Amino acid sequence: MSSNVLLDCQAVNTRFGSLHVLKDVSFDIRPGETVGLVGESGSGKTTIGRAILGIGPVTSGRIVFKGVDIAGQSPRERKGDATRIQAVFQDPYTSLNPSMTVEDCLVEPMVARGIAGLQEARGRVRALLDQVALPADAAQRFPREFSGGQRQRVAIARALALSPKLIVCDEPVSALDLSTQARVLELFIDLQQRTGVAYLFISHDLAVVRHLAHRVAVMRAGGIVEFGDCDQVTARPSHPYTQRLLLAAPVADPVRQAERRAQFKSLVAGV
Amino acid sequence: MNSSIAPAVRERTSLVRSVLANPTGLVASVILLSLALVIIFAPAIAPFDPVKVQVFKVNAPPDAEFLLGGDGSGRDILSRLIYGARNTVLGALIAVSVAGTLGVTTGLFAGYYGRLIDTIASWISNGLMALPAIIVLLAFFQALGSSIYMSMAVFGVMLSPGFFRLTRNLVQGVKHELYIDAARVSGLSDLRIITQHILLVIRAPVVIQVSIVSGIAIVIQAGLEFLGLGDASLPTWGGMLQNAFDNLYTAPLSAFSSGLAISLTVASLVLLANAIRDRMQRGDAPQRLRHLKVPVPSTSAPAPASADILLEIRDLVVGYPGRDGWVNVVNGVSLSLKRGEIFGLVGESGSGKTQTAFAVLGLLSAGGRILSGSIYFDGQDLTRASPSEMRRLRGRHIAYVPQEPMSNLDPSFRIGYQLVEPMMKVLGISRAQARKRALELLGHVGLADPERVFKSYPHQISGGMAQRVLIAGAVACKPDLLIADEPTTALDVTVQAEVLDLLRNLQAEYGMSIIIVTHNFGVVADMCDMVAVMRNGAVVETNAARELFAAPQHEYTKMLLDSVLEDSKPRTYSAPQEELV
Repeated sequence: MSSNVLLDCQAVNTRFGSLHVLKDVSFDIRPGETVGLVGESGSGKTTIGRAILGIGPVTSGRIVFKGVDIAGQSPRERKGDATRIQAVFQDPYTSLNPSMTVEDCLVEPMVARGIAGLQEARGRVRALLDQVALPADAAQRFPREFSGGQRQRVAIARALALSPKLIVCDEPVSALDLSTQARVLELFIDLQQRTGVAYLFISHDLAVVRHLAHRVAVMRAGGIVEFGDCDQVTARPSHPYTQRLLLAAPVADPVRQAERRAQFKSLVAGV
Repeated sequence: MNSSIAPAVRERTSLVRSVLANPTGLVASVILLSLALVIIFAPAIAPFDPVKVQVFKVNAPPDAEFLLGGDGSGRDILSRLIYGARNTVLGALIAVSVAGTLGVTTGLFAGYYGRLIDTIASWISNGLMALPAIIVLLAFFQALGSSIYMSMAVFGVMLSPGFFRLTRNLVQGVKHELYIDAARVSGLSDLRIITQHILLVIRAPVVIQVSIVSGIAIVIQAGLEFLGLGDASLPTWGGMLQNAFDNLYTAPLSAFSSGLAISLTVASLVLLANAIRDRMQRGDAPQRLRHLKVPVPSTSAPAPASADILLEIRDLVVGYPGRDGWVNVVNGVSLSLKRGEIFGLVGESGSGKTQTAFAVLGLLSAGGRILSGSIYFDGQDLTRASPSEMRRLRGRHIAYVPQEPMSNLDPSFRIGYQLVEPMMKVLGISRAQARKRALELLGHVGLADPERVFKSYPHQISGGMAQRVLIAGAVACKPDLLIADEPTTALDVTVQAEVLDLLRNLQAEYGMSIIIVTHNFGVVADMCDMVAVMRNGAVVETNAARELFAAPQHEYTKMLLDSVLEDSKPRTYSAPQEELV
């Protein structure tokens, strides 16, 4: 079983001074799998993502990636396959440097990691843009010339540049319009099927997570309250908090929503 | 899965070009460029050797040979002015290079790493700023001798805190941006992040600082020379000024040329800095809002006949000034709202839903105008209402609940004060009455401990509580219409459910009408009686909520509803066949 685990978080704890923001967080991700991580603001879902990426602190516990404990290592200190953990962040407007062209954004990680020379890296830009369905002439443009959805595609292309095994996606579609969101989610699925990359998909939106994930973990106040199969967690949750989370989100159907509202109220009243 | 670049790609205007398009920027650039040419080609331009003395030309007035006359020692003023530019600018360059290199480098590292490096660097910087520069320069002049360049290097060190503090603050502002995180995840070294990402972003303010500091350096250098602290063998503007001053009574005009050179150069540097700053603050907006003619509204449509209708918007057009005339963000919107109805205005970003709501509130952003159409509220056309009439309506009859509760509360005042003041003003009641009413309202909107919230500052309460406070303020005078602009978008989903519940209950209690502006069809389904779907500034479909969701008519509505993720079929996991490289 352990050979079929890509990333294994084992009792990860993080403290910021007296604040205990991650409490014994444990879950695993298999190769090519999407694990959804759902929680409200302050639940610690972004903190565990940053810990896995090596840009956030870990106080205790292990983060094992392909058999190597990488907890507390900065991306720069990571060697070998551990460098193949990449990120796509929430805000497409601040996750790209406004002063760099798209080509510079994509070339930089390849050159920095020494996997390609400058010329070779430039040659790969076209294929990367192709993968995320952006036109080739996007390379010479600046981020401000793109819409939110297109910027997020650039950010995804940047993550793909290093042939990642795992991409930590921190609310990658929550800043996008509805129709754009649907297309970007399709892109995520499509890339996973083509490259076998695994995702840790962090979101506050159970519907989005259900669309993409194989398994789902629900976080609250720094701990995981429920972790299991996607269908079970997002349709028939066993933990009362997940049930509340599920029923609180309004559905786009006035008749069904009225029923759900009544259910939600009785659930809250019952707690 | 197709995705083409948006056709309305913004024209890329380079910094250089737009600074040159600014008249002051252009004049300053031309002057500085000419100065640079004079410096480079000084030997070719200058008619005489600047140190060549002609005894008969001592304090001579301008003539055909010495175009600007001779100085106190019989040297050609024009030639000395030209060579003086070289030495003066060289001195200023030394000071600026030293200050810039020292200040920017330490600022980058102190800002990026913080902690001990920052503490030490800030201490040194503060210490340097506390030293009186001119006294330090005089002391060094005594110790190191008459080299003006050495003095300017020392002066550069004294100027470096300006660069240090600027850079450090800029770096602290950008170092938490997501693209810095992304660069770290990509495996870039700190040095590379600092030199490539951060330096690139902060370069413009640093360029401005260079320009201003160059001006200061020229003035200070001239001052030192004027005090006689320079190398008398080198022609400089300051030295010429001193020479002219010594002969002020015999040749009063000879101070004119060097003085003018200093003033012009310094003024150009400062004006150039201003031009760059203006360009940066302006962003990509058109340089000047042209005075566009506001079309005279056509004769007003008659007020709605039915008294049952609270708000009737007809053919509303809202425009903002653009490069080529008005850009319409709302283009012919018509809708009507009954009393006691909850109306959803739904659309994606840029659909004009918020602008429509703001037009009703009379709160369009700077430049925005209602170009045509009418907004009848309770029988009155708001497009013809004066600002003071609108103010009165906004306080009593039309209320507003914003998207970001936290940024709509002033962090420096207690919540109680922020509720009581407007109530006293709008309702004309005493402080004690307003206080009593505010506490009632806070309890009424479901805050468990109104007394404590009343005394709290905004940062002491959660986002959900802040939104309840704003709702309390909005319903304080029992408005006829409440406009809620994405009221729950910034809130967690469980809090959203509670806030929507609160709005629903208040509506039932007060019988007011509500317009909810939102992108979330779930919220619409949960709350609204009527829905208008907007796209590109126009309403594509209006219908009762139940009908709209059951049978959407317009293709765009169908597409949006199809994009709503609901009950997706869960994906089944299968491990990748083989490691793909």
